[in-house]
Amino acid sequence: MKSNSIFSFLFIISSLFVFTRCNNGGNGSSTGALGSSNAAEKVYVAPGEKDTYYAFMSGGFSGQVSVYGLPSGRLFKVIPVYSQDAEKAYGYNEETKPMLMTSFGFIPWDDSHHPKLSQTNGIHDGNFLFINGNNTPRVARIDLTTFETTEIIEIPNSGGSHASPYPTENTEYLVASTRFSVPIPQKDVPIDSYKENFKGTFTFISGGQEPGKMDIAFQILVPGYDYDLAHSGKGVSHGWTFFTSYNVEEENTLLEKRASQYDKDYIAAVNWKKAEEYIAQGKFKEMPATYYHNYYDEHTQSASSEIKKSVKVLNASECPGVVYYLPTPKSPHGVDVSPTGEFIVGSGKLSANLTVHSFEKMIAAIEAKNFDKEIDGIPVLNYEAILAGVVQQPGLGPLHTEFDGRGNAYTSFFITSEVVKWSLSTYEVLDRQPTYYSVGHLMIPGGGSKQPWNDGEYLLALNKITKDRFLPTGPELAQSAQLFDISGDKMELLLDFPTVGEPHYAQAIPASVLEERQVKTTPLEDNHHEYVARREAETKIERNGNVVHVWMTTIRSHFAPDNIEGIKVGDEVYFHVTNLEQDWDVPHGFAMMGARNSELLIMPGQTESLVWYPQTEGVFPFYCSDFCSALHQEMQGYVRVSAKNSNMKLSWSMGDEVFHE
Amino acid sequence: MKISKIIFLIGSLSLLLIFIAPIWSITLEAPQYPGGVTLFIWVNKISGDTPGTLQNINILNHYIGMKYIEPESIPELKYFPMVVIGMSALGLLAGFLNNEKLWIAWVVLLIILGALGIYDFYLWEYDYGHNLAEDAPIKIPGMAYQPPLFGSKMLLNFNAISYPHTGSIFIALPIIFGIIASYLKRKGK
Repeated sequence: MKSNSIFSFLFIISSLFVFTRCNNGGNGSSTGALGSSNAAEKVYVAPGEKDTYYAFMSGGFSGQVSVYGLPSGRLFKVIPVYSQDAEKAYGYNEETKPMLMTSFGFIPWDDSHHPKLSQTNGIHDGNFLFINGNNTPRVARIDLTTFETTEIIEIPNSGGSHASPYPTENTEYLVASTRFSVPIPQKDVPIDSYKENFKGTFTFISGGQEPGKMDIAFQILVPGYDYDLAHSGKGVSHGWTFFTSYNVEEENTLLEKRASQYDKDYIAAVNWKKAEEYIAQGKFKEMPATYYHNYYDEHTQSASSEIKKSVKVLNASECPGVVYYLPTPKSPHGVDVSPTGEFIVGSGKLSANLTVHSFEKMIAAIEAKNFDKEIDGIPVLNYEAILAGVVQQPGLGPLHTEFDGRGNAYTSFFITSEVVKWSLSTYEVLDRQPTYYSVGHLMIPGGGSKQPWNDGEYLLALNKITKDRFLPTGPELAQSAQLFDISGDKMELLLDFPTVGEPHYAQAIPASVLEERQVKTTPLEDNHHEYVARREAETKIERNGNVVHVWMTTIRSHFAPDNIEGIKVGDEVYFHVTNLEQDWDVPHGFAMMGARNSELLIMPGQTESLVWYPQTEGVFPFYCSDFCSALHQEMQGYVRVSAKNSNMKLSWSMGDEVFHE
Repeated sequence: MKISKIIFLIGSLSLLLIFIAPIWSITLEAPQYPGGVTLFIWVNKISGDTPGTLQNINILNHYIGMKYIEPESIPELKYFPMVVIGMSALGLLAGFLNNEKLWIAWVVLLIILGALGIYDFYLWEYDYGHNLAEDAPIKIPGMAYQPPLFGSKMLLNFNAISYPHTGSIFIALPIIFGIIASYLKRKGK
């Protein structure tokens, strides 16, 4: 069912609380937008008009990122990140197979969770989108000029990466933590030796703004809790990153009960600038660890993998001043930092109240050594000393908070299925609106950065459950997003729309930031693929043993060559297909009968390679699978396959001219 | 130096500015080509609004059997620049010789050459539009695809729009300057 067991658990208790909140109804009845006079007008983007925001939503267990327009909720593209995609040949063609390599081998799926845009001075710059793989710990880069995944780095010493990627103010680092603590380094120990053998890590990844340069700068070894979510500081708190934890009880079984016992868990405040000093002083341990760094080079249009063998690790207990624990009630999920960087909101998901810490008070408490105790050398700060305020009984099951530019915060409440607006100065609840149903994350364009766009005009609630909201589609129903107008005093529900997979988080950026930098075609002279054919005259076929390489081109409306003979049963045939088009939106497909991998969908000026294993004698067609032109249906060819021991020589042709090996 | 001579010399030199801008443009408009596809004809080359334009137009044209437009195989693009440079040099010579009859002769020659150039352009358009391959995928009886010299015309799904472009100012300018200079010279200025 849903990827995160805590949500299933919370949903069950949510039914217990459903009668306790009678103020859920009000103007937000399930008729939603119909109750409003001009909601339809606010989301209507007329034919030919364009949306004002790009929204990027994680696909959860689909392993993808989907791109929508706001306010219309129209789907533009699904970007494969961790999952193979037969439509685009991502993870199937020879160029992108290395993208999915890990120390566990080829992993063609993951659970993609938190998309985060790159930042410059704490403002979304529109350069890149990053997203973590929750299952086999990874962080991926999506280039926002091509909307393609171009880099993936694996995270060693981690048992699942949830608190990621949450970049620092200038994307100096992307961060990650191990959600599940594990023996580090891994070893064969009894599971019930958890307290003794299990550890957690925080990971800092450098190179966020430099394509091809992502690297594990360092890791910090910490006590073996579950580390859940993160946010990096900004403005006054620049230089710090905050991670929530649960299971400070350090239990290894029946966590739903046993990890919910203590009144408070911790938000770990990590001073990464201090960590940098320790690294510079050489106070790290170089730990052996195997992890992959995969990079797609736009010049060669091919990805390659680099296997890394060690990582720098700091031990928090030996590095005073790097990690502090902020006591926070009841298994906090999200930790969100206000636009100024001063307020750190910890959403204790089993707490009746919402806790807000003050960064200024945190620093004062550190300087005054106002510690309650130390855990493995990590000071636990005094709760009252760092508290900025408490939002009293705002709802049940708070998960995430984002901010507008007018001093307000908006928190999602999973159990009571609502979004609550509250004041960052008075901690008073200002408004609440129901969601349909069980909102997880929420997103305000720029609401996690220093600058919510247009001071925050929209809020997108990302719902785990839809039940009766859309036409039913059998047992498996869509998850959904709900768009609210938050420009006024009261939030107004404008639109419901289903999403691809489960959206764990989203980002949005004004269309004007990205629109003009979109790549339309790749100039053929910039294509440095190993097997490019820049003109039809450069097409050819070469045999080396049973390996055959075919340099092929496409242009409206033919392949060159389109007749190939001399292929034999048992051959390994590589079709390297270059799309010679130099016009916007003229891709060509390459679909080979009996291909056990996928088709190719080749953008103008690009080359992609598909391997094909002919299994029986005969003549097999291939064709263009993208309706490219008026004579698309004629865009086809044949491969003749002869017996394994046949004397057939390779020959190829297009029209009358026949070429031979 | 008299004002008439200065004007004539400037006029002769301004002819060289023809190299900085296209002389003519042909735009093809269709719904699936937002903003149109524009071909620019220069005195020495053919270009488009994007680096791929010429290829894109050739791809479209091959469906109706039109010959590929290959700038390398159009000799005019090689000798027209020499004619322009030669005319400019002749103009300068005539200017310094300060002979009114030579000036008028130069202007008349330039007008004739300009008209021949346009006629030559028309012949190329006629050739591309009428000499279509016998085995073209799309054949419509009686249909020719010659774009207009001046104005617009529907060619199947495309509206072809053809007009002089900025560069043609630098043919007009020397002619106008030459006429003004000759007039002023007659007035003794």
